[in-house]
Amino acid sequence: MFPPLPNPPVQPMPAKFGEQDLVRRSASNVAPPARQLTQMAKLIDTSKCIGCKACQAACLEWNDLREEVGFNHGVLDNPLDLTPSSLTVMRFSEWINPETQNLEWLIRKDGCMHCADPGCLKACPAPGAIVQYSNGIVDFDHDKCIGCGYCIKGCPFNIPRISKVDNKAYKCTLCSDRVAVGQGPACAKACPTQAIVFGTKEEMKQHAEDRIKDLKSRGFVNAGLYDPPGVGGTHVMYVLHHADKPEIYANLPKDPRISPIVEVWKGVTKYAGMVAIGAFAAVGFLHHLISGPNRVSDEDEQNAERLTGGGS
Amino acid sequence: MTAYDVEPGDQIHAGHPVTVDRYTKSARINHWITATCLVLLALSGLSLFHPSLFFLTGLFGGGQPTRIIHPWIGVLLFFSFSGLFIRFWRANLWRREDGTWLAQLRDVLAANDDKLPEVGKYNAGQKTVFWGMSFLIVVLIASGLVIWDQYFAAYTTIDQKRLAVLIHALAAVVIICVWIVHVYAAIWVRGTVSAMTRGRVTGGWAWRHHRKWLRELVGGRQTRS
Repeated sequence: MFPPLPNPPVQPMPAKFGEQDLVRRSASNVAPPARQLTQMAKLIDTSKCIGCKACQAACLEWNDLREEVGFNHGVLDNPLDLTPSSLTVMRFSEWINPETQNLEWLIRKDGCMHCADPGCLKACPAPGAIVQYSNGIVDFDHDKCIGCGYCIKGCPFNIPRISKVDNKAYKCTLCSDRVAVGQGPACAKACPTQAIVFGTKEEMKQHAEDRIKDLKSRGFVNAGLYDPPGVGGTHVMYVLHHADKPEIYANLPKDPRISPIVEVWKGVTKYAGMVAIGAFAAVGFLHHLISGPNRVSDEDEQNAERLTGGGS
Repeated sequence: MTAYDVEPGDQIHAGHPVTVDRYTKSARINHWITATCLVLLALSGLSLFHPSLFFLTGLFGGGQPTRIIHPWIGVLLFFSFSGLFIRFWRANLWRREDGTWLAQLRDVLAANDDKLPEVGKYNAGQKTVFWGMSFLIVVLIASGLVIWDQYFAAYTTIDQKRLAVLIHALAAVVIICVWIVHVYAAIWVRGTVSAMTRGRVTGGWAWRHHRKWLRELVGGRQTRS
């Protein structure tokens, strides 16, 4: 049992982190923050999840969002995918273990992973629309979002969704507003089995280790922690009973990283493009400076008059 | 001799100096609509391309309006440029003298026009700009539609969109460079701008830069009379 976070005092209190704690800000540079906040993380233990969707309900509730009434597609996934309102969804996978022939019901709570190296933030062209705090939370500032959808192209987990109502991108905030007053995310608060727990990243890793030890003792030899190094680690981690095959959990990527195409687009192209445009303009300017204008001479005009038989 | 690149409306007027009609009014209107679109697209596109240029979104009323309007201007440009393409493609077909002209780029840049082969209505540089623009505009509209998420997000995968956004950015950089060449050439070669504003050039300009075209016009006039 991981000790749950205590309830906060009911008196208003100032936020524990804010603008001064930004380590990254989309399309802008930030000065390194004066202090380093403790790295926080959410740990989702797929082996403890019972698929009750309390996390989904709590997420809608806390964020004051309403999902459209949908349709029964004959599966438990509801809604079928993340939406601008459903910032988290439970993904259910039926998997037959080839070794035991057991049908295993794998349930993964999907949502933003809060990458240490966030692809959304790298791709975002709007200054300050995506920010990363030194505690690891990656957050969207909707006032600054322009709705271009670049974050979707940058994200290795296919998380952000653009609202058709206000054309802005939405994703899990890791309940940054709750964390700012010493609370854990709403989903973690609501989880009845402690499949979702929240604390410092170190605590979460430690807790995961205990859980993995337990799972291994029960025959899940490949149990492990999902904290993918390709994105610098994440601030939402999974305990998987089959950590060697993350893809069986509704296509959780095995080695996620920012797409090399996005790296090229937001890296060398951005700078080389500006240099190329500048160089063309500069060469034109210098050429004019050195060789002067290419003027039509009187002789040319006379030749034209002679050729056309005009001028007379 | 078939005057392959004499376009409708091209005509010589006697006088001091001789003047030559080069572009009809509708061609000029078509050109300036395209030009305006291209400049607006470059400004709005660059504002989302490099963070240091994000302030350019202010010209369009902010980030969201820029994101909304950019693709629509692109559609307008596509159709407007299609008009230019239909008007000009025939005269821009590659001719034997174009290779020679291009090989003597040094003389071109040194303004040694007398050393260059006589060329028709368009020289190899102009033809390169024309075909470069044509190709790039097709690439830009195609890749642009793929990343026009507001209407077309559902039709392509994220991987395809990533590729499209990279291609769109690269093609945009190249077309801006081509545009710089186009504008610079028009400024450097004095007497050119009037072709795009009033539709006329002087006979001397035609003699100096497009002598073959001038000869064709003279020839055509003689056969007509």
